[in-house]
Amino acid sequence: MTFVDQLLQFILSGITQGSIYAIVALGFTIIYNSTEIINFAQGEFVMLGAMFMLTLNITLGLPLPVAFILSVIAVMIIGVLIDIIVISPIKKPTQLSLIIITIGASIFVKGVAMFVWKKDYHAATPFSGEVPISIGPAAITPQALWVIGITGTVLIFLHIFFEYTNTGKGMRACAINPRAASLLGIKVKRMVLISFGLAGALGAIAGIIIAPITFANYNMGLMLGLKGFCGAVIGGLGSVPGAIVGGFALGILESLGAGLISSAYKDAIAFVVLLLVLFMKPTGILGKSESKRV
Amino acid sequence: MKGKKFLLLGFLLIISAGLLVASCEKAPPELTGEPYVIGGIFSVTGRASFLGEPEKKSMELYAEIINSEGGINGHPVEVVIYDDEGDATNSVTLVKKLIEKDNVLAIIGPSLSGNTLSIIPVIEEKEVPLVSCAASVKITQPIKKWVFKTPQTDVMAVEKIYEYLIANNIKKIAIITVANGFGNSGKEQLQLLAPGMDIVIVAEESFGPEDTDMTSQLTVIKGTDAEAIICWGTNPGPAIVAKNIVQLDIKIPLFQSHGVASPKFIDIAGDAANGIILPSGKILVAKELSKSDPQRKVLLNYKKLYEDAFEGSNVSSFGGHAWDAMAMVTEALKVSGTDRALLRDEIEKTTDYIGIHGIFNMSPEDHNGLNKETAFVLLKIEDGKWVIIE
Repeated sequence: MTFVDQLLQFILSGITQGSIYAIVALGFTIIYNSTEIINFAQGEFVMLGAMFMLTLNITLGLPLPVAFILSVIAVMIIGVLIDIIVISPIKKPTQLSLIIITIGASIFVKGVAMFVWKKDYHAATPFSGEVPISIGPAAITPQALWVIGITGTVLIFLHIFFEYTNTGKGMRACAINPRAASLLGIKVKRMVLISFGLAGALGAIAGIIIAPITFANYNMGLMLGLKGFCGAVIGGLGSVPGAIVGGFALGILESLGAGLISSAYKDAIAFVVLLLVLFMKPTGILGKSESKRV
Repeated sequence: MKGKKFLLLGFLLIISAGLLVASCEKAPPELTGEPYVIGGIFSVTGRASFLGEPEKKSMELYAEIINSEGGINGHPVEVVIYDDEGDATNSVTLVKKLIEKDNVLAIIGPSLSGNTLSIIPVIEEKEVPLVSCAASVKITQPIKKWVFKTPQTDVMAVEKIYEYLIANNIKKIAIITVANGFGNSGKEQLQLLAPGMDIVIVAEESFGPEDTDMTSQLTVIKGTDAEAIICWGTNPGPAIVAKNIVQLDIKIPLFQSHGVASPKFIDIAGDAANGIILPSGKILVAKELSKSDPQRKVLLNYKKLYEDAFEGSNVSSFGGHAWDAMAMVTEALKVSGTDRALLRDEIEKTTDYIGIHGIFNMSPEDHNGLNKETAFVLLKIEDGKWVIIE
């Protein structure tokens, strides 16, 4: 294997990893876009998606597309329930208290998942076999292509949703100024509810498509959530293309770092990049610089 | 005065509630002696739960069986087990709790090497016998007066693999290890033993315990002239390594450590598991062992007891660590009674105990008591089944 061949493989591996981070990062973006809070239960949505899929597809033997849709709906309902039960009843919501509530919700969900699905790792069935696809001297799994493809599709839909639909615009307005938004007739609570449902669905999609690559267990959400959050921050919180750019940047940097420098410092490299981005451009690569009128 | 009355009333209520609970419990017959309390610290939840859970179950099962057979000289055995969730800080807190609050005679666990190493100072200060269920050789080398361990050391596992390599004329290897206590200890032994056996390590890579893709590291290995890959880790990392090796079409043989010697590994790695060679305790292949093997009967008995007691769960090699530890501690308790120092001396005198993970012979120079001949067999995975090689 020549150096160039290796480099190609590093980049392919990075893209695979990056697409996973990117789709998780998108979940953070949706809720941030409508509430300006960071939903630390996003990783649990991913885990729930993977677990529901495993149960429906492997244990109950439902066909893949049916199990896919049912899992997404199930997690969407859980997302909505989290909003109805713990977020929306808060009398005087502040960003900090809401963020802490999402951490609590995530611990609760994880605990329940541990009882329901036990602690073992489970392998999910890949969508279209496991025969690797060669791209020149490098190789990629078919499942990785699914992840990249679905992430891309979701990105396009979300972009259209936030930029061109009234609901999407309304959600963004709620984040910028909830009071002004409600004065204009936007139902803030409803927007938040929709965003939690959407984030749940998106997390579920992420979990379902990555489970064949990463294996699934009740604890998988934590690491994925953190990496996805990192990706979202690097790209610029609140920006849909930013989440994608950040996720891919993180994945590719990790892979190049592991391959070219040392695998022992892989995570350190990712965090150094995160710090550098935050020092130089605190709003992230694609984040809009903030200006508030006083 | 009113306050005092209330206090008294509350006090009485608590006492009567306590009596009610006590009378509901079925008292075991004939066990009139003061209970012998043995502590356990395992990673029952968290990412090392695959170790801690069977260990906890095995320890409880052993106590149950010994109590149903009349306890130790009429004393029932009581186990107090805490979960450190895989976190070394928790282990330190819990070991203090076991010693100071629960007043245990001996402690079994923790499940992880890092956690065991971090509680050793406490153990030595408080002088309580500890029988660890973790793999690292550093736990018992150099010898620490109060510390024993039941699992095979990584040295034996490495030797077993290296002997196979030599026999098959493989001289150049690449290693890929998980960045935690288990992986680091394995890596150290792999490096340490290689020169003596004329083996050259041409690439050293590592991965995080929660990583989901190792293709970058394996690409680096693919670029070297290594003739075999040795992966040292615990699930799920090694299963991902196995899958990535198939993805990258790497043809050289893959060796794994005893850290993944469980049916779960084959479950999650699927077809990618085929062809992998690894050292393992004998429990995985108990039925296939030759009839003359003295451990065969012990293993089949443990397997049956475990699978009858916990329906739906398969016996793994890890529970056996706690089982062996309980066996040796309770055996020693028969002689020592409640004297911790005497208990320690008795554990050290264990000879020819036929356990799940080998035949134990403890001595002042050896607080593990195993040798690689009885502790490990080399297995190959063929069509999703374990096959004994050699």
